[in-house]
Amino acid sequence: MWSRFRREHQWQIRELLLTLNLLSRNASAVAGCIIVAIMVFMAVFASLLSPYDPIRISLAERLKPPSAVHLFGTDELGRDILSRIMHGARISLRIGVLVVLIAGGLGALTGAISGYVGQQVDNLIMRVMDVILSFPPLVLALALAAALGPDLNNAILAVAFVMIPKFARLVRGEALAVKERQFIAAARAAGAKRLWIILHHILPNCLASVIVLATLVLGEAILIAASLSFIGLGAQPPTPEWGAMVSVGRKFLMDQWWYATFPGLFILTTVIGFNILGDAMRDILDPRIRR
Amino acid sequence: MAAPLLEIKRLSVQFFTHQGVVRALEEVDLAIEPGEIMGLVGETGCGKSVMARSILRLIPQPPGKISDGEILFKGEDILKVRRRRLREIRGNDISMIFQEPMSSLNPVFTVGNQMEEVIVLHQGVDRKRARRTAVEMLQQVNMPDPEQVLSKYPHELSGGMRQRVMIAMELSCRPDLLIADEPTTALDVTVQAQVLTILVDLVKRLGTSVLFISHDLGVIAQLCDRVSVMYAGRIVETGPVARLFAVPRHPYTRGLLEAIPPLDGERELLQVIPGIVPHLVDPPPGCRFHPRCAERFGPCDAIVPRLGEVDTGHRVACHLYGNGRGGMGS
Repeated sequence: MWSRFRREHQWQIRELLLTLNLLSRNASAVAGCIIVAIMVFMAVFASLLSPYDPIRISLAERLKPPSAVHLFGTDELGRDILSRIMHGARISLRIGVLVVLIAGGLGALTGAISGYVGQQVDNLIMRVMDVILSFPPLVLALALAAALGPDLNNAILAVAFVMIPKFARLVRGEALAVKERQFIAAARAAGAKRLWIILHHILPNCLASVIVLATLVLGEAILIAASLSFIGLGAQPPTPEWGAMVSVGRKFLMDQWWYATFPGLFILTTVIGFNILGDAMRDILDPRIRR
Repeated sequence: MAAPLLEIKRLSVQFFTHQGVVRALEEVDLAIEPGEIMGLVGETGCGKSVMARSILRLIPQPPGKISDGEILFKGEDILKVRRRRLREIRGNDISMIFQEPMSSLNPVFTVGNQMEEVIVLHQGVDRKRARRTAVEMLQQVNMPDPEQVLSKYPHELSGGMRQRVMIAMELSCRPDLLIADEPTTALDVTVQAQVLTILVDLVKRLGTSVLFISHDLGVIAQLCDRVSVMYAGRIVETGPVARLFAVPRHPYTRGLLEAIPPLDGERELLQVIPGIVPHLVDPPPGCRFHPRCAERFGPCDAIVPRLGEVDTGHRVACHLYGNGRGGMGS
């Protein structure tokens, strides 16, 4: 079973090993990978790693500075900030992944349709995308989230919507190049439907660049979602969301610096981590630079 | 004589470009009988590929437009059928092999995956049956170790192997007509010969008709039953291969044949046809070949010659043979 899998996919395995090898020789890629790995590890094992329950209130312990008992201190309700940050990693990653899946899926599909079908369909889709792009992403996400109502899932939808044009434009460009290749004509001559060609021939050939963009968008999505939570449009209390924590902690910033600082630092590092990883992946996956 | 499998009548195709309307095909007639290999020969840019693609309606529209004519396949006009029927015809009844074997396969899937897909799509069998058919077809094109080939990616195969995969794939659904658009031009000569032998063996065994497009007269002479010569978007001469090569009638066909360097004898300057292929935005009036023709006379620059029979099944569009009404020559 395994040997058959290895034989049939030897090319992909070779490619994967090459990618990993190139990745390990790129310093910033390694740094990005480590940061992302730590965040993922924290998110997955949050309930095992965190020393306290992230939403248990203990008023006797309120606003304690960082110490051996509470490494990052406690908040105004006596909750352990480190535990809340660990559970917050879960929420942030969930936001990032969902946004990328929704925006990536819809964006890649509309982009592929736009590029492959062309003409009026292309014009229509791309002008709609231009309209979305003409707004600053944060402002548009804010307006949408406000319209949908303050809730984490609504915030995710709002951020995903804002990110769709990025994927659509990228995939459209790739689709324009792919559709001129002969296997598309061959598929048409063999009687394939348009949707089939888009799903089986266009999209798989655009995958590499979509993955790179997805990594970059993941970081950005986390930042925008945190911003929405900061204003109160995203996660609602007592959810331990980083942006929401910074928002409340801001009131205590003068006397209890640790409250807002630690969640803020985590937002910063996570976004930077995803960004440098994405940048490095773009270089590595580019076949012109590769080898 | 039975009705031809494919009959193209007065087909005209135009492309609307910035320089003007390119008349890529003008009133082209062509018929292919069941089981026969029809060669289509002509210089680069004379409309061979446009013709091939028009048959399956693969011309990009716009800028292209099939402005006139009929393409009758078993009596059904392909130009008029609905989309759904067109998809059935494509691949099931008529399939096509392209020039570049390098890019005819999708690089991200294995050969097996793509062959099975086509078979599943057209024959409605399950994956397992499709795989067996794929293996059988690869054996038919003399592919050593078909199982191994099926698990490979296109870039792992040589050009000749890829083209054989394409032949196997296109013939796996037993089409009645195969359109081969310069299938071996991108291969080197030895591989070319090998692939062509396999192709001809297989289509003869399956009884498939072939429209074989090439600019290589030698290849055409070897494998085709009949041949049509194209010049600047028109068919100038058509007939059985042996007759046409032995007694070429049209001055252009004669020029083409004389341009082949002799294998023996003294080395001398190659015979060439003077002038260049006219730009099809503004083709010359009358016979499109007349500006380059050594034998032009009165009507050549004014009247378009029609195809007229000069011998059994041998037809020429040239005023030398009686204005194309089939009169004087025969």
